[in-house]
Amino acid sequence: MSLFTPDSGLLFWMILSFGVVFVVLAKWGFPVITRMVDDRKRYIDQSLEAAREANVKLEGIKAESEALVAEARNEQRRILKEAADTRDRIVGEARQQAQAEGARLLAEARTQIQHEKEAALRDIRRQTAELAVEVAEKIMRKQLADERQQMHLVERLLDEVERN
Amino acid sequence: MRTYIVILLCMMGAWLPTQASSAHAEDESFNVKDIIFDHIGDAYEWHVTTIGDTHVSIPLPVIVYSRETGWHTFLSSHFHHGTEAYEGFHIATEGDYKGKVVETLSTGEVARPMIDISLTKIAVGILINSLLLVGIILGVSRWYKRREASDEAPRGFVGVMEMLIMMVYDGIIKPSVGKDYERYAPYLLTAFFFIFLSNLMGLVPIFPGGANVTGNIAITLVLAVCTFLAVNLFGTREYWREVLWPDVPMWMKCPLPLMPVIEIFGLFTKPFALTVRLLANIMAGHSVILALVCIIFVTHSMGGLLGGSMTVISVLFSIFMNCLELLVAFIQAYVFTMLSAVFIGMARVEHHKG
Repeated sequence: MSLFTPDSGLLFWMILSFGVVFVVLAKWGFPVITRMVDDRKRYIDQSLEAAREANVKLEGIKAESEALVAEARNEQRRILKEAADTRDRIVGEARQQAQAEGARLLAEARTQIQHEKEAALRDIRRQTAELAVEVAEKIMRKQLADERQQMHLVERLLDEVERN
Repeated sequence: MRTYIVILLCMMGAWLPTQASSAHAEDESFNVKDIIFDHIGDAYEWHVTTIGDTHVSIPLPVIVYSRETGWHTFLSSHFHHGTEAYEGFHIATEGDYKGKVVETLSTGEVARPMIDISLTKIAVGILINSLLLVGIILGVSRWYKRREASDEAPRGFVGVMEMLIMMVYDGIIKPSVGKDYERYAPYLLTAFFFIFLSNLMGLVPIFPGGANVTGNIAITLVLAVCTFLAVNLFGTREYWREVLWPDVPMWMKCPLPLMPVIEIFGLFTKPFALTVRLLANIMAGHSVILALVCIIFVTHSMGGLLGGSMTVISVLFSIFMNCLELLVAFIQAYVFTMLSAVFIGMARVEHHKG
């Protein structure tokens, strides 16, 4: 059957044209396309990689800035706390100082008062003694106004001396 | 949309040659077999249509070398559709050389010229398909040459071609061939697109298409031989060892080289299978579509009502078959390329233990 016997003329044309097509396409056709597509694939991969890196970097920067903000906030809190502490301390100290000062003043006043009191007492005692002496003098003078009584006293005194 | 147009064109094309025959159907019996074989076979002219009794066809050059008179080159229109002789040559109407150019020797004997490299319908089909393929692929590659890898991916036609090329490249060649696949990629891609384009062009019914290129054994044979060469010329030592001294029990290869003979036989059955698979698929597809269209004319000669109803059925079936053939056009190109790639991959085995 002619359908299954290859015709020599067709074989010739087929070999010729397929050969030429193959050579032309193998040289200027397919390699150009496949190389380009491979290049593009590589480029896309690189771009993706770069994007991923950039993302990671961005993430890092974000985390860093967040850390920075958090640190600043902590610092702020610490400073505020410190300030409050300092204030409290100063106020406390001042209060303490004031109390101590007050106490000291009070104590001083008290001792002064004591001194004053003692001085006053001494004064009173002296005046009392003087008054007593004066009173006694006056009484004595009145009692010893007559001679007999003076003698009587001398005798009693002498008795006392003798007895001793 | 394009598919519909192709189908429509296929319908028309299947119609046209048969319409010509229907004119004859009144006086001579309608010969379905001749119509089909005329279409899937080769011819010295490219028959486009027949209007009334006028054959509209494109004359093609006849190039023959006669032992007695040397080279002859003339247009096939000199034969007047095979009815007249020219320069001692005519187209045989019967016998072993039916449909071929034969020469009448000085002895009165009728014989084939020594060399007949006429640009027949299929040869011209090959040339048109080749030019088209080179044009398309170089056009696409030109797009790439003008651009950088960092430019955006192509759209439209170039995008479709890139998708197809990369489908074959990544889907068939890389996994099937394995190592060194880049070396074989140009051949496999050329084979794929040549077959695919020829299959599609075969489905287009009017002039630049319609030649049954991939349904001709000469074409499939050349393609299969190319694959055979690609497989065996670059086979590794391990491949040849497996062919000539396979890992089978000693008695199967020592006194009588049973397995080596089978293996060597296998070397040739592979390209043979490639040849016949593609040929038979495409030829069968063309035949079935033509047969379905012929139903219209056969049944019309039997009666109006039968003819009318069968026309509807025939058209529906033809549409279905053409869709199927579009699928087959792709599948056969895919299968041929994949098997070639697999055979090449098998011939590139490295020594392995176990």
